[in-house]
Amino acid sequence: MTFPGLKGSTGQRKGFAGSVRGFRAYMARNWSLYAMLTLPLLYFFIFSYLPMVNVQLAWRQNNVFASVWDVPWVGWDNFERAFSLSPFRDAIRNTLMFSFLDLAIGFPAPIVLALLLNELKMPRFKKVTQTISYMPFFLSWIIISGLAINLFSTSTGAINNIIVGWGGSTVPFLNSNTHWVFTNVFLNVWRTVGWSTIIYLAAITNVNPELYEAAEVDGASRLRKMWHVTLPGIRPVIVILFILTLGQIMGADLARFIAMENHLVRGVAEVIPTFTFRWGLQSMQFALAAAIGIFQSVIGMFLLLSANYAVRKLGGQGFW
Amino acid sequence: MVKGSIAPAPRRKSRFRKTTTGDIVIIGFMLVLIALCILPIMNVVATSFSSPGAIIRQEVVFLPVEFHVGAFADVLSDSRFMWSLAWTGILTAIVVVVNLIMTILCAYPLTYMSLKGRKLISFLIIFTMLFSAGLIPAFVLFRDLNLLDNPLVLILPGMISVFNMIIMRNFFMGIPDSLKESAEIDGLGPFRILIYIYLPLSTPVLATIGLFYAVGRWNGFQDALFFLSGAPQWHPIQLLLYNILQNIVAVDALDPGATAAPGWGTSVQAAAIVIAMVPILCVYPFIQKYFVQGATLGAIKG
Repeated sequence: MTFPGLKGSTGQRKGFAGSVRGFRAYMARNWSLYAMLTLPLLYFFIFSYLPMVNVQLAWRQNNVFASVWDVPWVGWDNFERAFSLSPFRDAIRNTLMFSFLDLAIGFPAPIVLALLLNELKMPRFKKVTQTISYMPFFLSWIIISGLAINLFSTSTGAINNIIVGWGGSTVPFLNSNTHWVFTNVFLNVWRTVGWSTIIYLAAITNVNPELYEAAEVDGASRLRKMWHVTLPGIRPVIVILFILTLGQIMGADLARFIAMENHLVRGVAEVIPTFTFRWGLQSMQFALAAAIGIFQSVIGMFLLLSANYAVRKLGGQGFW
Repeated sequence: MVKGSIAPAPRRKSRFRKTTTGDIVIIGFMLVLIALCILPIMNVVATSFSSPGAIIRQEVVFLPVEFHVGAFADVLSDSRFMWSLAWTGILTAIVVVVNLIMTILCAYPLTYMSLKGRKLISFLIIFTMLFSAGLIPAFVLFRDLNLLDNPLVLILPGMISVFNMIIMRNFFMGIPDSLKESAEIDGLGPFRILIYIYLPLSTPVLATIGLFYAVGRWNGFQDALFFLSGAPQWHPIQLLLYNILQNIVAVDALDPGATAAPGWGTSVQAAAIVIAMVPILCVYPFIQKYFVQGATLGAIKG
């Protein structure tokens, strides 16, 4: 070790001409970096890239037992079959429906909450409110479904107990399609609304305080300041998050739907990931489910790249 | 009343006047929000501590009725449940250590701008965020690797989250280069610079990401659902809870409004939910500030 670092820091700046001696010196200094990367790269190779070899299943006959390579090719049959299945078309419809409902209800909610939290004058109360509002985000969907059963079930649910106690009739929050959809969307908002304010509140602290003072001098009311100063101030963040959310409309959180569903609402609870799970693993339709997986991955990649491109066009930083 | 200099006084006064109505509305709104967050928890806790009779008579709302701890005794004496709880704890500890080491090993070398092949390596890693082969190809691979019904399947496939890795890399890149350079002059190699300089300065990000992994593992169940169907002894607590809860969903759905619903089963299920929830509820107020840091770190630089 003869001052390898000293040479390194000057050499690194200039870049290497590519001579053998340069390369040797470079490796002598940096071999440990590559050594560190070995395990992570092996990890990505095995668990992210090796499965891509099995993607060929989508174009082969369904055979659960034989090796992937031994099964005959069938062209695009599996894709055609998937799209001819009405349960799959329903799953696509449901996925899009939930994405749009989440967007319509779940997207504005944290913005409103952040604006209101920002107006809260008592710092301690604000802190407590924030801490409590983050709590649901830490609960798993299984726990949330348990809470939902306790609250909303028609036989022992607290809400229905109250409704019946006041002389009303039970509401099938979890047992009828429409009710279940809105219960589910509401629970998702409940889970994420507090947590999602973090990014907006961080953006609000970056709004120039002089703008508020100027607005005040002009006699702007509180609401007007929220509307004309705070909202425009965080608009870039809103736009970026909106685009990134749009980039995920073909996705759905499997845990959310697996945990919340029951057989009475299967018609609206089946989304693409749950369909893949049920048909692929439970009914052993590997080829069909692999084809659906490819369909979803390709669409997802296209949407993500578009979203990322749009965000960068707008001057923001994308996912990476 | 009006005191001091002229400029601040009117503002203070005007702000004071606006405070009343607006603030009351906002405080009221926040109180509703707090209630919405806390009441579901109170409800399940109340159910878990109520007698089955009271539950069947639909008397339980937010406070226990006919206080009893029988349901907890039942759950805590269930060896399968307790084992699952212990196993999930062990698993979470292992996952945090393994994932942190792997994430550091991945993030740190990528902070060296001069690293040859850095761009290609970064691309290959980020590409895995964009395109995944999907469930079935992974399932077939795990079958070939003998990972099905093997507890390692809960650890190995999720060792590095690219998102967390990027957060960590960005944090490392925020550490001044001058520290690295002076260490290099002292003859320290990259690995020792990592151990003696970067890691001690990175406790906030290490805590954040370690906790991300911990909460993710404690709450996760999909991998066990997919890949451990034949090995229920390795099911983490959430999957066991899912299986416990699925029964009541079926019962409730088959028999809507039935007063003969199993009160005992309901209170036992509530107790199981409470027990699985308690670790997270105890820990999250202390760790949420790290999470906030993580969320904003990821958002600003990610």
